[in-house]
Amino acid sequence: MLHLPILRWGKPYRSVNQVVTPHFRTREPFVSMSQANVGMIRRDLLRQADARARLQAIPFADLVAMAGRAAEHFLHDTLPLDPESGTMQTPEDYIEQVSATTGAPFSNVKRNMLKVHGVLSKVTEVLAGLTRGLDLTVLDEGYGMVNGQMLSFFARGDAMGVVLPSNSPGVHSLWAPATVLKMPLVLKPGSAEPWTPLRMIYAWIKAGAPAEVFAYYPTDHAGGNEILRSTGRGMVFGDVSSTRRWKAEGRVEVHGPGFSKVVIGPDLADQWEQHLDVIAESIASNGGRSCVNASGVWVTKHGDRIADALAARLARVIPRPADDSEAMLAPFADPDTARRISSMIDADMTGESGTARDASAAVRDPNRVASVHGGTYLLPTVIRCDAGHPLANREFLFPFASVVEVPAADLPGCLGPSLVVTCISNDPAFRARFVASPHVDRLNFGALSTTQIGWDQPHEGNLFEHLYARRAIQRLA
Amino acid sequence: MSVAPSALAEARTTLDAWVRELMHWHFSPETGCTFWLDWAAKAGWDPRQEVAGYNDLDKFGEFQDEWLRGGPVRRWVPKAYQDKPIYTFETGGSTGVPKSRINVNDFRIDYEQFSTTLPDDKFPKGADWLHIGPSGPRRLRLAIEHLAQHRGGICFMVDLDPRWVIKLIKMGEMEMMELYKRHVIDQALTLLKAHDGIKCLFTTPKLLEALCERISLKKAGITGVFCGGTEMTPQFHRFAVEELMEGAYFAPTYGNTLMGLGPHKPPTKDDNWAIIYYPPAPRAMIEVVNPDDPTKLVDYGKTGRVRLTTLTREFFMPRFLERDECEREAPCEQYPWDGVRNVRPFSRFQKSVVEGVY
Repeated sequence: MLHLPILRWGKPYRSVNQVVTPHFRTREPFVSMSQANVGMIRRDLLRQADARARLQAIPFADLVAMAGRAAEHFLHDTLPLDPESGTMQTPEDYIEQVSATTGAPFSNVKRNMLKVHGVLSKVTEVLAGLTRGLDLTVLDEGYGMVNGQMLSFFARGDAMGVVLPSNSPGVHSLWAPATVLKMPLVLKPGSAEPWTPLRMIYAWIKAGAPAEVFAYYPTDHAGGNEILRSTGRGMVFGDVSSTRRWKAEGRVEVHGPGFSKVVIGPDLADQWEQHLDVIAESIASNGGRSCVNASGVWVTKHGDRIADALAARLARVIPRPADDSEAMLAPFADPDTARRISSMIDADMTGESGTARDASAAVRDPNRVASVHGGTYLLPTVIRCDAGHPLANREFLFPFASVVEVPAADLPGCLGPSLVVTCISNDPAFRARFVASPHVDRLNFGALSTTQIGWDQPHEGNLFEHLYARRAIQRLA
Repeated sequence: MSVAPSALAEARTTLDAWVRELMHWHFSPETGCTFWLDWAAKAGWDPRQEVAGYNDLDKFGEFQDEWLRGGPVRRWVPKAYQDKPIYTFETGGSTGVPKSRINVNDFRIDYEQFSTTLPDDKFPKGADWLHIGPSGPRRLRLAIEHLAQHRGGICFMVDLDPRWVIKLIKMGEMEMMELYKRHVIDQALTLLKAHDGIKCLFTTPKLLEALCERISLKKAGITGVFCGGTEMTPQFHRFAVEELMEGAYFAPTYGNTLMGLGPHKPPTKDDNWAIIYYPPAPRAMIEVVNPDDPTKLVDYGKTGRVRLTTLTREFFMPRFLERDECEREAPCEQYPWDGVRNVRPFSRFQKSVVEGVY
């Protein structure tokens, strides 16, 4: 069985306490992860300032160059997995291992691999987007002249702690630029997806980054909380209940459900058929597992027809073997989770909170849970309901969307908080209401998939602003 | 190392004889307590006649947790001790009304017996002690103090109130809990700086970690650490020995108000940092039983629920099912009776109890 170590500021450590994650299909033990005890994490994090000093001493330009090399190592090279045993990991191994513990098809893993590669290789562009083109060599000294103005920035902490999810490797692109921003990382990997952060760390080390600026702690819930508590800045992924504690703290950026949506404005309402592909891609890309996947389609007309057409289009997305290049759906590592989600949807359908219709049930197997290819899948589901229905604004870990028809005047106020909104409208006044909305985090105008990433745009908070604050500075001329 | 059959037999003979002696003590009107005398009257059988050895204690059935919760506490005082000063010690406060156990001298006897297991070069006779942990209604405070005095030292005290910590956790006040822990450690540091004679420490796993974040035990002059109070994992054991002790002796223990104190077996390489305890036989016995049929022991190495039998003149408690689970450990040369490996909260109860807070 494979073993993944703890990295204590870059130093591999094999714990007495191990947690085994099974292969999603065979349920046989697949990988054993060394678990860090809370005391170890606390003790190690007493040395955050040393790690930060190591990174601070490396010029920004060198870190950018390292990021470029790390991107290539991540994508192409054989990298260590468990130095103690000498186990190495090829890119192909990585894809198979991520798939084995998450169920994600190889094609999804490859796409996300490219996403991580993209953010590292285009890190200058990414950071320019986060800082509006600020010359970040200013971080080398902490102050400097930029466009004739003296600027100074200070780090808000000595390390960033990140409690990671297991749903999709793509989320790792969010914290990937932190090393270039001279911020040591303290990572708690998701129990089913420990692979990507470890591979990213070893890619950085091969690219020349000091191993001492990376800490990697497979650990329990208490360990994750300790990481967030003990680091100056944090990032946490999870559902509403598990992240509530951190929501109130500005120190920790919370990444939960996205409730992303596609909206068709009244001016283009009759041309809805032209946009079905974009809507379907927004819902189903990456197996519907990302926070940027659309979980709602809000329209002003033709709700029933749109729901039926979308259901028919998504019915083509069927379970396929993990190594099928057409595969899009990911099975659930725990079959009970799939059954539980499906039961929740059914319970809401039959509740007394308004009317809802499962448009997908008429065009595919009415049983939403499918056990094939050794995995348990949830088939894409489109629900037609009104705005007040409990399913109108829900998000699940599979291609799920509700189609909701509302008066144009209610948009975007009725949408609620939305990570991404694709607003398909050419009406300047309608668009302006979305620009003004405080609930829309990321806004696409036109038929862009909600999952399409613009490297020069911030996503779910601004990493630079999260890690650094500007101070006033002046000096005697 | 296997244990000589003669050693096993001798231990068993001692245990059976002690059980017979105690039956006469606890079920004779001149010496027994009201609770057991009333119990025997209702049960319709006389343990003095029918209990010939340890195995016969099965006839009592399971000792009920509720019997110890609430008063009158004096029903547990053996008549022979009714004129002695009585202590009452509490446990189980996180699961409702605390269980009370009366004490006269048991805590002293238990800790004097435990004292023989401590290495004198690491817990020097005459050295002073520092207790950082729960005191209040628990016997721990008096017991540690007595241990220190028994070994010729003086015990300094810093209190931690675990019931308040549980409340803070339930309220989600984690930062307040950290502040409270810091407050406790601050007091400990003040004492350590002021008293050079302190060489021995009693504390809990979490407080030990917190203390070692602030000071080096070696620089503080600590040579022996007696640790207990909550669950310790093998990984914690390794972490403590390799990274916190700096050469000090680490003595993990399993103890509670109802049993007394279980010394640990010094670790060997083969144990892979498992924490192995043995009960202080014949004053208490621990068995590992099938959770679905607590009358049956599990095989050696198998997991089961901890069943405790306490056998002192002050307190008789047969076949009590603890809220812990562990693996059954075979007798060893030093302790020729069953032990327990890697004790942890009983997994079937884990969701309902906040444990391990101090």
